[in-house]
Amino acid sequence: MTAVDETTTDPAAGSPANTARAHSHGAGTVPDASRAERVTSFDVADFTVPTGREEEWKFSPLREFAPLFEAGPAGSARVEVTAPDAVVHRTGTLQEVGAGTAFTPGDRAAAAGWATTTEAHLVSVPAEAELDAPVVVTVRGTAGSTTSGHLVVEAGHHAKALVVLAHTGSGAHRGGVEVRAGDGADLTVVTLQEWDADAVHVGQHDVLVGRDARVRHIAVSLGGKAVRVSTNVRYAAPGGDAQALGVYFADAGQHLEHRLFVDHEATNCKSYVEYKGALQGDDAHAVWIGDVLIRAAAEATETYELNRNLVLTDGARADSVPNLEIETGEIVGAGHASATGRFDDEQLFYLQARGIPEDEARRLVVRGFFAGIVERIGVPEISERLMTTIETELAATALAGASSTEEN
Amino acid sequence: MPTLEIRDLHVTVDEADGGTKEILRGVDLTLKSGEVHAVMGPNGSGKSTLAYSIAGHPKYTVTGGTVTLDGEDVLAMSVDERARAGLFLAMQYPVEVPGVTVSNFLRTAKTAIDGEAPKLRTWVKDVKQAMDDLKMDSTFAERNVNEHFSGGEKKRHEILQMELLKPKFAILDETDSGLDVDALKVVSEGVNRALASTGPGVLLITHYTRILRYIKPQFVHVFVEGRVAEQGGPELADSLEETGYDRFLTRA
Repeated sequence: MTAVDETTTDPAAGSPANTARAHSHGAGTVPDASRAERVTSFDVADFTVPTGREEEWKFSPLREFAPLFEAGPAGSARVEVTAPDAVVHRTGTLQEVGAGTAFTPGDRAAAAGWATTTEAHLVSVPAEAELDAPVVVTVRGTAGSTTSGHLVVEAGHHAKALVVLAHTGSGAHRGGVEVRAGDGADLTVVTLQEWDADAVHVGQHDVLVGRDARVRHIAVSLGGKAVRVSTNVRYAAPGGDAQALGVYFADAGQHLEHRLFVDHEATNCKSYVEYKGALQGDDAHAVWIGDVLIRAAAEATETYELNRNLVLTDGARADSVPNLEIETGEIVGAGHASATGRFDDEQLFYLQARGIPEDEARRLVVRGFFAGIVERIGVPEISERLMTTIETELAATALAGASSTEEN
Repeated sequence: MPTLEIRDLHVTVDEADGGTKEILRGVDLTLKSGEVHAVMGPNGSGKSTLAYSIAGHPKYTVTGGTVTLDGEDVLAMSVDERARAGLFLAMQYPVEVPGVTVSNFLRTAKTAIDGEAPKLRTWVKDVKQAMDDLKMDSTFAERNVNEHFSGGEKKRHEILQMELLKPKFAILDETDSGLDVDALKVVSEGVNRALASTGPGVLLITHYTRILRYIKPQFVHVFVEGRVAEQGGPELADSLEETGYDRFLTRA
């Protein structure tokens, strides 16, 4: 892969922002002075319907997302929860499940989703409970309908749990996810976007990390017509360790967008962000925004973020924008890297020179590219299923590219 | 007896300015099983181009001549077909393949070359033995291919593949470069083991003569400006040791 941009930021050097691939930033767009100034509110009226000129919407296909900006009554997606006995699962209104203590909508779709959610879910892992099996929450959308939902995932102090949120089916869905990890908890939340090809999804995931807690948030976006997941990480107290990992595979005409915001205010916290994506086909579009803010009070912060894109065919576009704002020099380290590259012909040559046919060589390379993250999901069956889906998508490239290869 | 035959091979490479440059200008070489041929020459003489052209690297364009393996047209084959036909290239700068473990890579390659998966039990034993022989730690198998390998580890890994894949012809491109004496001995022993067991033809490409103290060639070819300028027996390497390439360069 060709590294297009690699930056490690000196803590004292300020806040660079860069993109992995040359693209216009759209005249007239004024970035916020600080990421912290972005509006958050439970009131839909505080957010106008996006026009595409806004910093936070300029990469998004607004025509696809339009139904999700409407604040009229919406239905609920079908939700199934399977969980070990120790876990408490409750369904009710937002108030009934205690939503909103660690979640505030950050854009029009999230606010409209909040306003129209009639059925919310709470998954609560008691303090000190260590689950021996994952909690699985399946959200199934229905074609032709616009749905709203909210899920609260709560891990009591020193609890250890893995929660898998799987999105399937069709329709237009906005989903709020509120993750609250208690002191010393060890919580992994995996969100799988395995939608049908015509689904549209905007999700906001707010993660609050307790004192000395460890939270991993893993987003996997493979399906859907247009998917946008915004993940916001905050720390309730010092000592928290958050990892936000993701993989995505954008096909022709598909838009997959991941927006990360890690807000460091407590001291001695760590964050690590790593997203990897592959793109293939005309108008395959991936967007990755990685904002990290280290506030003046957040001394001894350690953060790193990384985005890698593998562009498999012409006509695909990856936008990658890491952004680091640092308001204190008293930190352990801060850095970011972003790279967008083509398939590495030298890797293919090496594998083929060992007798491995081209299609299998491509599969090996792409599998290897994603393996580091997918294998960290912690549920072998899910990792294997995702890898199979990725390989199936990849097979489409081999077919499309067959006419242009082997010219020797 | 398997024979790799290179006849009047002409190869060009595309240049940055859009033009093409001829690197090989009519190479003739015949390699038989069990033979070791050293190809020596100054930098830029086309040694590596010969190696990569035989293996089928897309960067090089063959504009004339033939390469045949037991009469089969190698140049008509894809890169992987050439490997399955029995050609092996130990690369000077093997590339990293992140996320693919050595063990997975070796098994995949062996399966591709043999046309069937190796028997698990004997395979595991063979790999372990070959790694022991090359003084490679067993944790090596679980590392990603060439990722964070030292120069010496990369070369051992190349020879490990040669020993396990058992090609009919192996081209070793500057396998000695960047190795200290101990590593050079280990790697050379690997090549000698392969010669003793499956007896491939070996094309040993090298700038320096030091690897020839451990791997004995029957034939030495001196490359200058894209063709064989002189050939002979091992004594030719000895004379190069003394005089270097100067006499070829001044003549050119």
